[in-house]
Amino acid sequence: MNRVNLLQNRALRALLIPRWPQLGVQLAALAGLGILIAVGLVGSPVGNRNLAIVVVWIAWWALLMLMLVPFFGRLWCSVCPIPLPGEWLQRGAVLGPTASSRGSSGEARAQPRRRGLRWPSRLRNLWLQNATFVGLALTSLAILTQPRTTAWVLIVLVGSAIVVSLVFERRSFCRFLCPVGGVIGLYSQGAPLEVRVVDRDLCTRHIEKTCYTGSDQGYGCPWQVFPATLRTNVSCGTCFECLRTCPYDNVAVNLRPFGEDLFLPGPRRLDETFKALVLLGSVVTYAAVMLGPWGELKAAAAAVGTTAWLVYAGTFLVVTLAIAPGLYWIATSVGRAFSRVRATSAQVLRAFTPALVPLGITAWGAFSVSFLLANLSYLWPALSDPFASGWNLLGAAGVGWSPYASGVAPALQLAILLVGLTWAGAHVRRIADELGGGLRLALPVLAFTLVPTLGLMWLLVG
Amino acid sequence: MAPRRLSREPLARAAVGLALGLPLGLFLIWGAGQLGGAQLLRARTAEAGGWSPDALTARVGETLHLRLTSEDVLHGFAIGQSDQPAIEVPPGEIVDVELTFNRPGRYVFYCTRWCGPNHWRMRGTIEVEGEGATETPPLPAYVALGIDIDAPHPAAVAPSRRPSAERGAAVGVEIPARLLSRESNLGLSPVELWQALRAEPGTRDLADSQVWDLAAWAMRATVTDEMVAEGQTLFAENCAACHGRDGAGEAAAARPTPPATTASHAHSKEPVDFTDPQAMLGASPALLQGKILRGGMGTGMPYWGPIFTEDQMWALVSYLWNFQFEGWL
Repeated sequence: MNRVNLLQNRALRALLIPRWPQLGVQLAALAGLGILIAVGLVGSPVGNRNLAIVVVWIAWWALLMLMLVPFFGRLWCSVCPIPLPGEWLQRGAVLGPTASSRGSSGEARAQPRRRGLRWPSRLRNLWLQNATFVGLALTSLAILTQPRTTAWVLIVLVGSAIVVSLVFERRSFCRFLCPVGGVIGLYSQGAPLEVRVVDRDLCTRHIEKTCYTGSDQGYGCPWQVFPATLRTNVSCGTCFECLRTCPYDNVAVNLRPFGEDLFLPGPRRLDETFKALVLLGSVVTYAAVMLGPWGELKAAAAAVGTTAWLVYAGTFLVVTLAIAPGLYWIATSVGRAFSRVRATSAQVLRAFTPALVPLGITAWGAFSVSFLLANLSYLWPALSDPFASGWNLLGAAGVGWSPYASGVAPALQLAILLVGLTWAGAHVRRIADELGGGLRLALPVLAFTLVPTLGLMWLLVG
Repeated sequence: MAPRRLSREPLARAAVGLALGLPLGLFLIWGAGQLGGAQLLRARTAEAGGWSPDALTARVGETLHLRLTSEDVLHGFAIGQSDQPAIEVPPGEIVDVELTFNRPGRYVFYCTRWCGPNHWRMRGTIEVEGEGATETPPLPAYVALGIDIDAPHPAAVAPSRRPSAERGAAVGVEIPARLLSRESNLGLSPVELWQALRAEPGTRDLADSQVWDLAAWAMRATVTDEMVAEGQTLFAENCAACHGRDGAGEAAAARPTPPATTASHAHSKEPVDFTDPQAMLGASPALLQGKILRGGMGTGMPYWGPIFTEDQMWALVSYLWNFQFEGWL
C-alpha cells in the first residue's frame, strides 16, 4: 500500500495522541487570532502596515496553499482557532470529556449540554461552502486591503461557529459552512498525509463505535465521520480524536504518496466537482484582478457596493459559476460524444473531478507565490509595530518594502503550473481509460485543463 | 483516570484565559501608550476627512509631541508661517515630531503634499495658550491702500510686445525716485506705472513699448533677486499644481476630474492665467498679495494667509511678474 503509519514513531505518537500538545498549538493560534482581530480593529488602516492583513492574507494564506494543504492536507483544521470557542461551549469543556459531559452509561457524548441538532440532510454537502466561499470572494479585494473589514470577517466567522456549535452537533460549521474548509478539504486529497483505520473488519466488529460516539478518552468524531468509511481526506479534519477513542489502536496517521485519494474509483459528487470548478474560476479571476494590468478592474473590485463593483461581482459570478463549469461541461460532453462511452453525461462530468484537484492546487500555489514573494517584506515591520503606534518590538519597524526572489518567481510559478498540468493530464488519461473512452474522451478535457493553465501563465509569468 | 482529567480541566481553562489575555494585554498596553505624552495625529485626504484631530492645543514653552501617521497616501506636515521644514508622512508609518511654541496664538498646520483634489483643504489648528504677547498680523496692504480685490481690474492698455526690464535699463532715461520706491509702487498696477511714466517729460520721445520696458525695469528695481528666487520655489511647491509651471492656469489639479465634479471640489472657477496681460497688468502688487492672503472666496484659490509669512507672500508676488516681463529672473 506504500503507506507508513507515523504513529509507529514514539515521538509523533506522544505528540498526536495526548491532548495537551494540540491544545497548546490551538491556544497559540487563538491568541494570535485575538491579536489579529485587535490589530485589525485599532491598528493602522493602511493594509500593508497592518499585521492582520499581512499575516492573514499574505503569510497564512500562502503558507496554507504552498505548504500546509499540499503537504499536510487538513492539518490546519486541527489547530484552527475559529471554531474553538464554539466547540468548547458546546462541549462544556476545553481539554476533554468530563464527568458532566458523560451520558448515563458513562460514555462521553459529543454535545453534553447543547441542543446538538443533526445538520439537515439536504445540506450535508459542499454547496453551502461553495456559497460562503463565493460570497467572501466577491468582496475579497475590500477584505484583503481593509484591516477593519478583515477583523470583522474573523469576528463573524468565530461568531457563526459559536452559533452553529450551540445549535447543531459537533463541528457542523467546519464541515458544512466554513468558506476555507471546503477549499482545504478538496485539495487535501493531493496531500501525502491521511488518517485511516488499519483494519476495517475490526471496526465493523466493534459494537460501541467509540470513534463516532466518543468515550472517556475523547470525543466522537467532531467531523461527523465514521473513520472506517473514510475514503478520502475531504471530510476528515485530522483532529485526531479517533486516535484517542479507538480502544484497539486501530487508527493510523499515514504518510502516503501524493494524491492517493485521486485514484479512488467511481465518480465524485457534483458538489465536489462544482467546488473544484469554482476554485479554478476564482483563481484565474483573482490573478486578473490583483496581478493583471487592469487598474479599473481592480478599483471596481475594491469599491464594494458601487455600480462598478456590481458589474465586477456579476462578472465574477459569471466566470466562476457559469463560464468555468460551462467550459468543463462542454469539454466532457464533447469527449463523451466523440468517444461514445456508455457513462451518462453527469457521470462523465463528475468522473474527471480528481483531475481538477491538482490543477487547482497548483494554480492557487502559483498565484500565491506571486503575492507572497512580492509582499512578504511587509511582515517584518508589521510584526515589529503591530498597532502602528511607534513600537519596534523586533527592531524591524523601519524595514522597507522589498520583493523577494523576483527573478526566480516566474520560473517557480511556471514550474508549479506545469507540474499541475502534467499531474492533471495523467489523471485525465487514466479516468478516460477507466471510462472506456480513451484518447477521444481525454482530449477535450485535456484541452480544458490548458485554459486555466495558459491563462495563469499569461497573467503570472507574462 | 477521570478525576485526573477533571483536575486538568481548570488548568486548560486557565490556559485559554491566558491565550485570550495576551491580545487583551497587548491592547491595553497599546491603549496606555495612546494616553501617554504623545498625541497621534492621523492624516487622510481631505475627501476622507483630513487631519484627525484637526484641532490641537499646546502651552507656550512646553513641547507638543505629535506622532504623525498617514492612513492612505503620502502626506506632508508643516506649520504655517514658520521656518520649520515640511515633514514627510508616509502611509502606515509613524513619524515623531516635537513642537515648541514661544508665543500664544492660533497656528495652522497643513499638508504639504498634493494628496488629492482638495489637498489644500487639509488643514488643522493648534491653539497655543500661555504667557506672552500674541503676535498681531500687520494690516494687509490692500486694506491699507483701500483696494477692492474683488473688483474687476482689466488692463486699460496693453504692450505690443512683452516688456523687458533689461531693455528698460538700457533706455537711459532717469526715472523719478517716487516711482522706484517699493512702498509707493505697491498700489500701482503695471498699467498705472506705465501711465505715470508716460506722463513724465523725460519719456516724451520714447515709443510706448520703450515706456513699458521702463515700467518693467522700475518694477524689477523694487524687488531683489533673492525674493524672486524664493517666490519661484514657493510657486513651484504651492501654486504650479493649479496655475501651471508656465503660469497659464491649466495644470493637472485644475482640471475637472471625476471627484472634482462634487460640490466640495476646489475649482468652481478656472485658475488665473498669469500669462494673460489683460488679467495681470491691471493688478497691483498689493492686490495680488491680497488675493494670496485671503484666497479666492468661492473659487478654488486657497486661503494662504495663515500658511505664508508676509515676506513669502511678497516673494511670490515678485515672481508672478516673470510671466509678463522678459528677463525677470
